[in-house]
Amino acid sequence: MTEATHVAHEEPLEDTSTGLNNRKLLMWTFLGSDVMFFGAFIATFLVYRNRSLEGPYPNQILDIPVTSVSTFVLLMSSLAMVLALDGIRRNMKTVGRFWILATAALGSVFLGFQVFEFNEFAHLGLTPQTNLFGTTFFILTGLHGTHVTLGVIWLLFMALVFSPTPLERWGLVMAVAGFYAVMISTLSGIFTGGHSSLAVITTLVGWPAMILLLLGIVGIFGGLRILSTAGKGDKSSDGALDLELAGLYWHFVDIVWIVIFTVVYLISANDGTPPGSVPFDLPVRH
Amino acid sequence: MTTGALTIPRIVPRPKSDTGIWSWIGTVDHKRIGTLYFFTSIFWFMIGGVEALIMRLQLSAPESDLVSPEVFNQLFTMHGTLMVFLVVMPLSAAFFNWLVPLQIGARDVAFPRLNAFSYWVFLFGSLLLNVSWLVGDAPNGGWFGYAPNSETLYNPSNGMTFWVLSLGVLGVASIAAGLNFIVTIINLRAPGMSMFRLPVFTWMTMITSVLIVLALPVLAVAGIQLQTDRLFGTTFYDPVHGGDPVLWQHMFWLFGHPEVYILILPAMGIVSDILPVFSRKPLFGYPFVVFAGIVIAFMGWFVWSHHMFTVGLGPAANSAFAVSTMAIAIPTGVKVLNWLGTTWGGSLRLDTPMLFALGFIAMFTIGGLSGVMHASAPSDAQQQDTYFVVAHFHYVLFGGAILAIFGGIYMWWPKMFGWKLSEGWGKINFWLMLIGFNLTFFPMHWLGMDGMPRRVYTYPADQGWDGSNMAATVGAFLIAASVLVWVINVIISWRKNDRAGGDPWDGRTLEWSIPSPPPHYNFAEIPTVHHRDDFWFKKHPELVEEYEGHHGPRGAPEGAQFDDDIDEDEAEDDDLYARHDADDEDHGESGGHGDDDHGHGIHLPDMSYYPMILAAGITLAMAGMFTEYWVIGIGGGLIAWGLLGWSFEPVND
Repeated sequence: MTEATHVAHEEPLEDTSTGLNNRKLLMWTFLGSDVMFFGAFIATFLVYRNRSLEGPYPNQILDIPVTSVSTFVLLMSSLAMVLALDGIRRNMKTVGRFWILATAALGSVFLGFQVFEFNEFAHLGLTPQTNLFGTTFFILTGLHGTHVTLGVIWLLFMALVFSPTPLERWGLVMAVAGFYAVMISTLSGIFTGGHSSLAVITTLVGWPAMILLLLGIVGIFGGLRILSTAGKGDKSSDGALDLELAGLYWHFVDIVWIVIFTVVYLISANDGTPPGSVPFDLPVRH
Repeated sequence: MTTGALTIPRIVPRPKSDTGIWSWIGTVDHKRIGTLYFFTSIFWFMIGGVEALIMRLQLSAPESDLVSPEVFNQLFTMHGTLMVFLVVMPLSAAFFNWLVPLQIGARDVAFPRLNAFSYWVFLFGSLLLNVSWLVGDAPNGGWFGYAPNSETLYNPSNGMTFWVLSLGVLGVASIAAGLNFIVTIINLRAPGMSMFRLPVFTWMTMITSVLIVLALPVLAVAGIQLQTDRLFGTTFYDPVHGGDPVLWQHMFWLFGHPEVYILILPAMGIVSDILPVFSRKPLFGYPFVVFAGIVIAFMGWFVWSHHMFTVGLGPAANSAFAVSTMAIAIPTGVKVLNWLGTTWGGSLRLDTPMLFALGFIAMFTIGGLSGVMHASAPSDAQQQDTYFVVAHFHYVLFGGAILAIFGGIYMWWPKMFGWKLSEGWGKINFWLMLIGFNLTFFPMHWLGMDGMPRRVYTYPADQGWDGSNMAATVGAFLIAASVLVWVINVIISWRKNDRAGGDPWDGRTLEWSIPSPPPHYNFAEIPTVHHRDDFWFKKHPELVEEYEGHHGPRGAPEGAQFDDDIDEDEAEDDDLYARHDADDEDHGESGGHGDDDHGHGIHLPDMSYYPMILAAGITLAMAGMFTEYWVIGIGGGLIAWGLLGWSFEPVND
């Protein structure tokens, strides 16, 4: 095992002019291009900061504790990504596959937070059409969310690629479907029950949500049980490069979020009514 | 590969044939893709030219009413957008495709299917843009689309929606191509082809590609902002909510000025490769030409606000951008000097490509000088939005880019198609174009100085503008005639079929070392490169000492040598490559490598139609945003099918 591990960690020199892999170079170059994409949107946000003519304003809207939790979740997904790639490189397919699914799950939880947050803000009166803050906030974070969504889909396909037999695919489908059943039932619970994050616990009372939740939990554990043994010991480091490319993308999207969280949330959290703009009264919560 | 276990069922079998329509739809061969790019953009060149002719007819006399002001707005918007995005950029891309793999000694680009994808996205995007004419809603807000004039509030027709969505699609094409060529040039060079042995055209392709992948996303962002404003009611550029028109200008020109260099650097590369061949001397000061290109590309990011001198950014910003703009004339001047130095003392052959290259230097210099004139902010305040600016950018984009591209067409036509274009017709083509061009655009300098504004559909009779305008219109028709001469030349030469052989011009770079047209695998044997202008020194080994000395190329900076040890090694490789030179006229099956027609053991990627499916899906999804939402569904389905099929398609079945 240890010997194989060492061999797998050696980066083979490619038969190219520089010895770099073409696809890896392509991915790095693409990420450079994507920096300009997000850079231009973040610049727009900064240019328009404190320039909304009407409310709601950031200090009435942003909920730093909630977004801190979702940020933590997303950053942990990067850790899971590293563990996934490490597992695959060490030829430990079931371990690698578990962490791939964990990465996708954490990314999905982040997306769930974003759905929750967007919904919450809309209830407070902030939409993309409301003012400059709403426009720049929703389009920037929405496009970041789109990037995360594409990453999740990519990772799920990677998990599929690492599950070649019918048994493994059954396990995969069970685990993934189960996970999204839990997510959907939880989110629906939140949305029907109110707008506080504690609602997760208090409002899961509707019986459809309850059944979905239970089925989901069964699916997750059943699926993971199958996946923990099926295909164990298969040679898996062949797909390591594919996974590494997905990982590069994933880490990049996380890094962009660090910038967005800093600029859009932390720095702007106390931005109130700009001079000359119309004050805004938040709707009363129920 | 573990992916082997996952297969996507094919709905249509993989194309295999070398001929017929499927061989073009499924092609992943860089030469064929270059040809597709070429003919598509020549078609748009004709359309954009017709738009220009209609405008010139309208302006030939005062108070003319050939077209309405509304149609005139559409004409200048579409003319500008076409010529920038559907003509000069894709014509450059045609040359990237044709030449880069041949010049670096590669069998194809790094990602052949991505390359095909770039072409199809470009094609569909260009169709989406031009469909706007057919539905009577052509874009009318200028090629710069200034917001809020381009917002729904002020421009309720669908024209600018067409514009912004098709530019989004075209941006995908450009970025994909840019990424592909960066990786190709960095990673697919033949042994011994160090970066400082690359032909200058390849260098300029590299620099242009870097600009493309960094600049186009900014346009994409501006486009998305305008698009969400127009379609979903966001407030980016809505003045009612505090949207800032100046922000659009910054976003657009932050893209737009690097874009200027995206348009001109490939042309400079073409000229830098033509001049040494027809001067029979190496390019004078190769490292300076390359570094000047890099410096231009870098400084191109710090000059954008010279498009905005009259906006009122304040004296500090205007001065800074005036200084940076003037400074960019320095590397440009370095290039001009090096081109002149290349011809200096050379034994010149004034064949058609050389004529175009020399015409380029003269015209581009005139355009560059008027550029320095409006680099000065106070002077620009007089010139802004007048015909002086129109004269300037046509001197650099037509007198510059288009002349160089036509030179490139005459130069590499025999390589691509195997037969030469007629020299006689070519010279008529050149002189007509040069004279017509100057007759069209030189009087515009005076018109501008006299205060004739741009983008007006007509003007009163008592301004003293009549003569110059008539001259410009006559000139425009001379240009049209010159393009017609080119078409005639192509048809006549095609009939005549004057076989070119592998090396019709006594060329210098690797593409001339293989037969014309190149076999689909390009190089039967990947060459080993020992010099800059390697092929020429292989043909003239006695000149190596004179030009390269023992310590590498003359004028190379200290320590700029790479892989020098190769010169001593690999004598056998040298022999193989030399045999190429000896019999390249009748090379092919009998080339001495024991190849059959299929390239003997050379495995190139099989054809694939998924790039086209994906491209069609992206375009449909975009089009669906302002037509019917179910169109987005179809587009999304095609995207999923294309992406999955592509991802799990083996390179070779």
